[in-house]
Amino acid sequence: MIAILRKELTAIFTSLLAWLVIALFVAASGFYFWSNLSFFLLSGGFDLVRGLWQYQFLDMRQLMLTLLPLLTMRLMAEERRLGTLELLWTHPLRDGQIVLGKFLAAMLVVALMLLATLVQPLSLLVAQAEIPWGALAAGYLGLLLLGGAFLACGLLISALTDSQVIAAALSYTLLLLFWAMTWNEYAVGDGVLLQVLVKLSLFDRLYTFVRGGIDVRDVVFFLVFIGVFLTWTVQALGTRRWRGVR
Amino acid sequence: MIEVRNVTRTFGALVAVDDLSFSVADGECVGFLGPNGAGKSTTLRMIAGVFPPTRGRVRVAGFDVVEQSIQARSSLGYFPEHAPYYRELSVEGYLDFVAHARRIARRHRAHAVAQALAACDLGTVRRRLIGQLSKGFRQRVGLAQALLGDPAVLILDEPTSGLDPTQVTEIRELILALRGTRTILFSSHVLTEVSQVAQRVVIIDHGHIIAEDAPGALAQQITGAILLRVRVDATAAAIVAMVAAVPGVRRVEDRGADLEVACADEMAVAALSRQLTQGGFTLLELSRESLSLEEVFLRLVRRSGRGDPG
Repeated sequence: MIAILRKELTAIFTSLLAWLVIALFVAASGFYFWSNLSFFLLSGGFDLVRGLWQYQFLDMRQLMLTLLPLLTMRLMAEERRLGTLELLWTHPLRDGQIVLGKFLAAMLVVALMLLATLVQPLSLLVAQAEIPWGALAAGYLGLLLLGGAFLACGLLISALTDSQVIAAALSYTLLLLFWAMTWNEYAVGDGVLLQVLVKLSLFDRLYTFVRGGIDVRDVVFFLVFIGVFLTWTVQALGTRRWRGVR
Repeated sequence: MIEVRNVTRTFGALVAVDDLSFSVADGECVGFLGPNGAGKSTTLRMIAGVFPPTRGRVRVAGFDVVEQSIQARSSLGYFPEHAPYYRELSVEGYLDFVAHARRIARRHRAHAVAQALAACDLGTVRRRLIGQLSKGFRQRVGLAQALLGDPAVLILDEPTSGLDPTQVTEIRELILALRGTRTILFSSHVLTEVSQVAQRVVIIDHGHIIAEDAPGALAQQITGAILLRVRVDATAAAIVAMVAAVPGVRRVEDRGADLEVACADEMAVAALSRQLTQGGFTLLELSRESLSLEEVFLRLVRRSGRGDPG
């Protein structure tokens, strides 16, 4: 697993795309931070300390939705297209190790991306503003878990195709579905179905974190979600293997 | 050692390999031949653990490739047909990755990588990115990863395809150097190469074995005889009748300067040379002609394809 992790990190950081994704994330979230800050300063009266970060975290969530599929699309699809997956299979590695190694490598990139945005609260220190470190920690944990869920979705999709473009397109479709499924209460009614959908919605799960709280049930949900998608990825690889398609 | 027992592999309705059985002994170097689509790569992939057989068993170094997959894979190096590679890794970086993936102990890793680099003559390009290398070098990187960590069993799928003649010679010499110390099963289209390198040849077609023997013996199996070229200090025509009368001689062909004689066995060869000497002729040449592996191959495949005795 460490072998895969190291190789993936090398591959990620030698590709222009990864740097572009990180740069875009940092730049765009910086821009959001600036406009959110201006908004709160101009409006005044709101709870700046909490409110600013809620907006900021929700904006970062949108950015992750846009950028993370670009990170996961190549993880499996490229190995399949190049035929290197066939070679990986002849090494004494379990499919689980391959999947986990790739997931953790992508996770490290997400962590790095989020780490870089710490510049934003730190910049407020200069203005001697009050920074709610506890709430920030909760928000960042939420984003990290959400990022993990996005990556797990993307990884599964990437294992189902050998085209990176299709992998990215399908990942967007799946993630948008997770996002939009609780939007239209009229379509699903406000009964049991909506309750279930809200429970499954990745995006609704983020609200507690964003408000500065950590609900263990949400943490468990994300971890289970990631676990299930990674397991499906392993199974997808296994199925392809039994069918003899690389 | 490699053991393939009653292995069948289907892809949907297509039967790629049909009840195939053969084995490769420890330290043996076996060539695996067959026309395109005969099931060669499918068989090699099953041995290497890329996918399991639909029916039957494959064992590598005593381990079942399905049930003891990790152990089986730990004891083999595999070179796949179109040597896939990670463009973005350096040669050394890639081999280091393979060393990790092969679970080579930390203290042996650097040495194993250095050894593989040296064996495939990759020292000069070790820091270059694989994507920037020429095909010949990439092929060698593929071989280097197969050799890494000295696996007891080597599965090489078309190791010389797409290489120029110099590179082909280099790879062939590399395999020759490994012969005897490893168990090697390699497939190839270049038949001269197989006859030079392999101690035994397995020929398959339509997923079945159609012949299996040493390259020389195969020729004899095909013609059912030992082929000789005979030249004496007289015209060939002068001795045709005498040669044809020797017991055990099956066929004589006058080729002008010499005769092509098919003998049933070595007794017949001995009788032939005695007869000629006693008849007052001086033997200028008595040599074994062998069918090239190419001819053997073509005859066998044609026979298997048409279902008639070629």
